[in-house]
Amino acid sequence: MTDKHWLERPRTIAWLWRIGWAVLALLVLAEFSYHPHPYFTVDGWFGFHAGFGFLACVAMVLLAKLLGVYLKRDEDYYHRD
Amino acid sequence: MIDALPMPPAFILFLGALLLPFLRGGPRAAVALAAPLLTLAAVWAVPDGPIATVDFLEYQLTPIEGDRLSRLFATIFALMAFTGTLFALRQQSRLELPAAFVYAGGAVGVAFAGDMITMFIFWEVMAVASTAVIWAAGTEAAYRASMRYVLMHLFGGVLLMAGIVGLVAETGSVEFGPMRADGVATWLILIGFLINAGAPPFSAWLPDAYPEASWSGTVFLSAFTTKTAVYVLLRGFPGTEVLIPIGTYMIFYGIIYALLENDMRRILAYSIINQVGFMVVGIGIGTEMSLNGSAAHAFTHIIYKALLLMSAGSVLLMTGGVRRCNELGGLFKCMPYTALMGTIGALAISSFPFTSGFISKSMIAQGAADQGMAWIWLALAAASAGVFLHAGIKYPWYVFFQKDHGLRPQEPPLSLKLAMGLFAFLCIALGVYPDPLYAILPYPVDYVPYTTGHVVTMLQLLLFSGLAFFVMLPYMKRTLTITLDFDWFYRRLFRLGARELVDRSATAHGAALSDAEARLGQFITRIFRTHGPHGVLARTWPTGSMVLWAAALLALSLLIYYR
Repeated sequence: MTDKHWLERPRTIAWLWRIGWAVLALLVLAEFSYHPHPYFTVDGWFGFHAGFGFLACVAMVLLAKLLGVYLKRDEDYYHRD
Repeated sequence: MIDALPMPPAFILFLGALLLPFLRGGPRAAVALAAPLLTLAAVWAVPDGPIATVDFLEYQLTPIEGDRLSRLFATIFALMAFTGTLFALRQQSRLELPAAFVYAGGAVGVAFAGDMITMFIFWEVMAVASTAVIWAAGTEAAYRASMRYVLMHLFGGVLLMAGIVGLVAETGSVEFGPMRADGVATWLILIGFLINAGAPPFSAWLPDAYPEASWSGTVFLSAFTTKTAVYVLLRGFPGTEVLIPIGTYMIFYGIIYALLENDMRRILAYSIINQVGFMVVGIGIGTEMSLNGSAAHAFTHIIYKALLLMSAGSVLLMTGGVRRCNELGGLFKCMPYTALMGTIGALAISSFPFTSGFISKSMIAQGAADQGMAWIWLALAAASAGVFLHAGIKYPWYVFFQKDHGLRPQEPPLSLKLAMGLFAFLCIALGVYPDPLYAILPYPVDYVPYTTGHVVTMLQLLLFSGLAFFVMLPYMKRTLTITLDFDWFYRRLFRLGARELVDRSATAHGAALSDAEARLGQFITRIFRTHGPHGVLARTWPTGSMVLWAAALLALSLLIYYR
C-alpha cells in the first residue's frame, strides 16, 4: 500500500503508539526532576495528575454514555410532525 | 467641550455598518477592515473615568467611562471584529457583515457603558444584531433558530430591565458598579446577565442557534454575547459565591454534551459554555488572581474559539456544507493548513503549555488553590482534562484525522487563511510571551505560569486524558442524534401543551357552534311554520271573513261598554 499517506500506514501508527507510551512514561518520571509544591495533599502524590487526568476522562466518557441512553434523540426529533 | 470628546468607539463600527451596504469590491473591503482598526485606536484613546455625561429624564447617563477592564474587553472585541471581517470578506450575504458590525459595536458599547441604562441599550442592540447575523445564513433552519434565539434574549432583556428599574427605584442611582445579589432587583439583573452567559437552565439557545449561522457568521457569534456577559458579571458581581456552582455546572455540561454531539460546530458551541463556565467560576471566587484569570481567559478564549470556528467554517465552506463528524475525517491530507490551524486552536483551548489557554486558565485554578478551595480546584483540574477530551482531541480527530470518508475539499481562499493565521499566531505568541496581556489586566499580575512543576503536571493531565480518549474511542461511536436539553420544555412540552389547548378549545368551540346551529335551525323551523309561505299567518284571507271578524269585534266592544 504505497498510495496511503505516510501518517496512515500501520507501521507509522505503531511507532506513534510506541513514542506516545514513551512520552507518557517520561512525563511521570519527570516528577523526580523538581521539588514539588503541592497546594493540597493529594496533588503531592507521585503521578497524581497523570492518574487523575486519565480517570477523570474515563469517568466523563462513561457518564456521557449513560446520559446518552436517556437524552439522545433522532436528529429530526424537533422537525417531524 | 464637544470638540474635546474622543469619538465613541462603538459608533465607528455603527458608521461602518451604515456604509457597507452602499459599497462593493475593493472599497467595501477597505472600509470593512479599516473600521475595526479605527475602533481599536479609539478604544485606546478613551482615558480613565467618565468622559461625558448626558441628562436623560432625571438621571445622569455616562455613555462612555473608561478603565482597565473596559479597555481590555473593548480591545479584544475590536480585534475580533477585524479578524472576523477578514475571514468573512468572501461571504456572499450582504446582510451578515453590517449586522456583525452593529453586533460588535454593541459589545464595545457595553464595555464602555458607565451606567445601567446605556449598558441596557447596547445590550439590546446586540440581541437584535446577532439575530440578524444568524438570519443572514438564509436557510429555513437558521430562520427558525434565530426566532428561538431572539425570544430567549428578549426574555433575558425583560428580566434585566425589570431588575434595573427596581434597583434604580431602590437606590436612585443608575451607576453600573459592583452589586450584591441580595434582593429581587439585583437577582433579576444577575439572571439577565447569566442568560447571555449560557448558564443553566438557559444554555440551549447557544448550541441551538450558533451552528445554524453561515460559515463566517458563527465566528462572530462565538465572541460577543457570552463574553459581554462575562464582562458585566466581572463588573457587577465579582465574588458572588453562587457563581461558583453555576460555573462548575456549565463546565461539565459543556464537556458531556460535546462528547455526545456529532455536528462539528455544535461540539464547539457546547465548548463555549464549558469555557465561559471557567470564567464564571473565577468571578465567583472573586480574588484579584481569579478575576484577572477570568478576564485573561475571556481574552484568550475569544481568539482560540474564533480560530477553531474559522477552521470548522473553512471545512463547511469547502465541502459544500458537510457538518457531521461521521461524514468528515481524513481532511489533513487535502487541507493541511486548515488542519494545522484547527489543531493549534484545539491545543490552545486545552491550555497546552506555550499556548494562550495555559497562561490564562491556570490563573483561575491558582485563585481556587490560594483560597484553599480543594474541591473546586479538583473540579477545575478534571475539567481541564475534559476540555482536552471534548475539544482538544475530539474536534480535530473527527474532522481532520480518523477514518477517511472520501471528501477531498481544497484549502480555503487566501483571506480565510490569513484570518486563521493571524489568530493562530496570537494563540502561540500569547502563550510564549504573556506579558503584554498581563500588563493590561484589571489588577497587577503576580503570577508566573512557567515553572517546571506546572508544565509537567499540566502535560501529565492532558496527555493522560489523550490516552483515555484513544482507550475509550469505541465508547464514543458517532451517532446521528441530538441530545435533549432544557429547550425540550419550550420546543416540545410547551408546544404539545399549546397544541392540546388549541385542540380542546377547537373541539369545544365546534360543539358549541353546532349546538347553537341546531337551536337556530329549530327556531327557524318554528317561525317558518307560522310565517312561511304556507304558514297560518301567510294565508290570503277572503274579504268576507275580514268583515265577519270586524263585526264580531264590534259586537264584543258593544258587550263590554254596554252597562
